[in-house]
Amino acid sequence: MIEILVSVLLLAGAAFMVLAAIGVLRLPDLPTRMHATTKAGALGAMMTMGGVAFYFGESTVVARAVAIVIFILLTAPIAAHVIGRAGYFTGTKLWAGTIKDELQERYDPNTHKLSSGLEETESRMPPRTEKAP
Amino acid sequence: MLSVVINIVYLMLSLALLFAFIRLTRGPSLPDRVVALELIASIVVGYVGVHAIDTGVASFLDVAIVIALTAFLAAIGFARFVERGGVKND
Repeated sequence: MIEILVSVLLLAGAAFMVLAAIGVLRLPDLPTRMHATTKAGALGAMMTMGGVAFYFGESTVVARAVAIVIFILLTAPIAAHVIGRAGYFTGTKLWAGTIKDELQERYDPNTHKLSSGLEETESRMPPRTEKAP
Repeated sequence: MLSVVINIVYLMLSLALLFAFIRLTRGPSLPDRVVALELIASIVVGYVGVHAIDTGVASFLDVAIVIALTAFLAAIGFARFVERGGVKND
């Protein structure tokens, strides 16, 4: 019974990782490639770790497997965000069929600051005065 | 039954590793290569987990922890290098 569960988890995890690899090979530009690898790759590793936890079934091994799952769950989005931001700033070309790039006029390429486009209306409002202590 | 499944999983992970390696060598820009490296790291984490089941040695999970940690730090370092005026193209 446990063997079937472990087999299903391992096969599903490996299938997700193969899908992520096919995505990173076939998709046309950096954001779409990251879209494939970040989610599917992390889910594949987490499902494999779930299989390991069910196979051994001892508390120490389960604790380590859960620790790996939590670690991947925490770090994969951060790493993807940082790499995507760096790739966007260095001007990697988007796919020719990209419809909308909402960051294009919002990001200042020199200061790396994101603006909302509403700063004009905000500056017309009376400035907030700070009370002297 | 489990040994057959483990062999199939090894094959699938090797295929995924091959695809990611092709992207690593061909990737037009440095961030593409970093993405491929991160995917390779998570595939290797899966590989280590399957190997732990295959051999029955649970200590291999420590290796998986270290690989995941190193991959995260490498991704952060590469991203800072790229963003703070490293090589712009390739």
